[in-house]
Amino acid sequence: MLVDGIKSRPRYNGLSVNKSSRNHVFVADGDGVNAIADLFAVHSQDIGGHVTIVFAEHNEGKAEHAAPLESISADSVHIMPSIPTAINRLAGVLHSARMGTQIYASGTEALIGLTIQLAQAYGMDPQSVITEHRGSFARRVQCVHCKGFTEDVRTNIVECAHCRTNLLVRDHYSIRHAAFQGVCVDAEVPGDLPQVIEAFK
Amino acid sequence: MNQEFKNESFRDDYTFFNSQEAIQRFPFPFPEDKYMYSVNIEPHTKGPNGSVYEFPIDINEHYVAEMKDRAIVLSEDPLRCQALPHMMLAQWDFLELVMTSMARDYPQWFSLTADGDRWHWINRPLGIDQRFTFGDTATLPCEPMEYVGRQCQGDFSIQDQRDGQLWMDAGIITSQADWSLDFDVGMNFMQWHGPVPLAHDMGVFDRALRFLLNLKNGHPVRRLNWTMTVNSRLDTSPENYPKWGRDRTTVSLANVGEKVHLRVELQALWRLPRSNAILFSIRGYLIKMSELVTVPKWGRRMHRVLQSLPTDLIDYKGITRYRDTTIEWLSHYDDGKPTSAGCGPD
Amino acid sequence: MTSAEIPVLVDRIETVAQDIKRLRFVSADGSRLPTYSAGSHTILTMRDGSKLYRNAYSLMGPLDSEAGYEISVLKTPTSRGGSRFVHDYLHEGSAVTISSPVNLFELDLRARKHLLIAGGIGITPIMSMAEQLEKLGRLFEIHYATRTSRSGAYVGELKRKFGARVRHYQTDRSEFLDTDVVLCGQPLGTHLYVCGPAGMINDVLQRADHMGWPSQHLHAEHFTAPRSGAPFDVELAKTNRTIRVQADESILQALEAAGVEAPCLCRGGACGQCETPILSCNGSIQHEDHYLTDEEKKAGDKIMICVSRIQGSRLTLDL
Repeated sequence: MLVDGIKSRPRYNGLSVNKSSRNHVFVADGDGVNAIADLFAVHSQDIGGHVTIVFAEHNEGKAEHAAPLESISADSVHIMPSIPTAINRLAGVLHSARMGTQIYASGTEALIGLTIQLAQAYGMDPQSVITEHRGSFARRVQCVHCKGFTEDVRTNIVECAHCRTNLLVRDHYSIRHAAFQGVCVDAEVPGDLPQVIEAFK
Repeated sequence: MNQEFKNESFRDDYTFFNSQEAIQRFPFPFPEDKYMYSVNIEPHTKGPNGSVYEFPIDINEHYVAEMKDRAIVLSEDPLRCQALPHMMLAQWDFLELVMTSMARDYPQWFSLTADGDRWHWINRPLGIDQRFTFGDTATLPCEPMEYVGRQCQGDFSIQDQRDGQLWMDAGIITSQADWSLDFDVGMNFMQWHGPVPLAHDMGVFDRALRFLLNLKNGHPVRRLNWTMTVNSRLDTSPENYPKWGRDRTTVSLANVGEKVHLRVELQALWRLPRSNAILFSIRGYLIKMSELVTVPKWGRRMHRVLQSLPTDLIDYKGITRYRDTTIEWLSHYDDGKPTSAGCGPD
Repeated sequence: MTSAEIPVLVDRIETVAQDIKRLRFVSADGSRLPTYSAGSHTILTMRDGSKLYRNAYSLMGPLDSEAGYEISVLKTPTSRGGSRFVHDYLHEGSAVTISSPVNLFELDLRARKHLLIAGGIGITPIMSMAEQLEKLGRLFEIHYATRTSRSGAYVGELKRKFGARVRHYQTDRSEFLDTDVVLCGQPLGTHLYVCGPAGMINDVLQRADHMGWPSQHLHAEHFTAPRSGAPFDVELAKTNRTIRVQADESILQALEAAGVEAPCLCRGGACGQCETPILSCNGSIQHEDHYLTDEEKKAGDKIMICVSRIQGSRLTLDL
């Protein structure tokens, strides 16, 4: 579980089956695929109707995810090379979807956040997405100055990938941007940086 | 009020100052010699003539200059005005509220005539004459919230009400105390207040939310909030923090009076009739320490309030670097005498 | 927060269907009534000698309140007086008061499509919602079920205004609203709104739930009329008073009759405004509201006094 106390961050309550749904769309990256496999291992008889899996493969550990993916009986499986391509594919899946479709997201916070963002674009309430966090605690950070996103941030202070400002990663999360807020850390005394520590592993 | 609008700046050379009259009507926010959070909400009803509460929307000597400053901010960063698509009805509600209030209470400056949906709006101080069809966005030069927000003092956010929550789904925010509209748009009441220290655990936001969900059309409420700012800068946004952050290191005993400002927000909340959304108006007032201490009670009390602030709050309000210097400067205006109850001057 | 009361006159009364009257109110002083949002209701206060009736009614179109507010009142056989009083005693020119509008049945304008379902008199809030959606150019459909043609107020008006987007089902012609068919195949991002008899609301919500619709997309107008029960005593701890609640009145009504000001808004167990802490209860609490969570109801330390009561002898409230 992620540390609690950040009021603006969604709660990731763990995957559970929406037994009423006849169309299940699972989105996962990295270790998130094991969350789906674990769910199917115990509850496969509760999952009726059509099952779609959209999986974002990260470069590292490709092989590790082959076995759990194969253990899941799905009607269609989309293995995509990155989170952005997986989200694009999800858009294609949702385009013709009907009410009664249940969206699930498991894996990194960035993957979950972007899935919820897309569900919202299709008129679904963000709270209707069932989520489970797995894997890295790294954060997706939006620079409040240039509005650029920096992915996979593990340190309390990070250089913006776009405008190069040194950003303090705040405990303030926007579901709309699917990102934490990064604010210039040395605006008052330029160059005066606190110690950089690995804060989000 | 028969006043001239001042030609002044809130950036670069900072020529802003308050007239004697503006100081006297300043909404000093501290009813006692120490400060702590409270749900200090009261009905937004008519106050004494000449006070900032005389009319629902207060227009004062800084009107034209503040609107100029807003135009600069929006031209540099259009994301400071945003509305999610489902908020269009609420935008029209907001436009109606502002135009009818301003035309009714300041007929010497603003005029509104409506023939059914055909409206005619005149804003003399800004030289605007606009005919449009109420409800038809194509008949205005921009969306209604931006249109009227560029002509009304104060920042505004609009909250959609659903699922027992308020969602900040629109706003025009150009003079904020260090929070980002672009980041917070789409958040609910608890989420956007997330970074505020202490108050969550005190249940302040739970109580306030419950109260606001039942707010009625025609019965707005208000509260005061405050912070401090170095220089008379309106745009203290996180977006531009690199531009103004270093100002906090420039305060010395010699310049506290001119540089350090108390910034008070008269926050009002209104139920909007068609959309059932809630309008949040954040009408900011700045006062220099040198102006503040011309009211002896305020000088004494400001000194004592700053001394009593909890550390979390000092950090959250960004006062840490110059609080001690300001307290020392104010100490010369605190003779230790008791202060009278209430906020107003003696 | 006590609600702001507006003195109004009955401007027009019209019988629109069997046992259904449509009333129009204009403000007593001739001023324009405040604009209201689609789905709003008002509390109508009527005085019958020493008796006071307060009933909630949905405001129906036109949304532009220039011409006044309109409500529809069904005379119910089980009425404890409110709807009967409207039907038998109110006439054009009668003076009553209404509360300023409150909305507990809001449109969620994020929806990509709006599915409006009404049974019988439950059509009233749906009419203002449809009018608003039409004005905004949004996608919607209306499904309206009535028992007979005589009970189907507004079928003609709706069809005239909204054409093929209205489906009418008349039970005595063996036309039934098949919820599963209506819900099936709705596009992602659809929101559902239902108003009608409690049984119908529950059925529609349950069907939607069984078809995998998320709760955030389901909206219902739950107006619960206070249920009768055995009389009991309410003790007010702060003022040290004891007030008898009769069989056919709610705690709130008993308090008001005794001159005690208690906070309230919807009077139908929906808004949460009248939530009152319980200090002790000699008996069992019968929660009838739609506001408290199941856990809160089980905890038994608060009660919504507008609709809930106790089966027992004595209830002590922190009032």
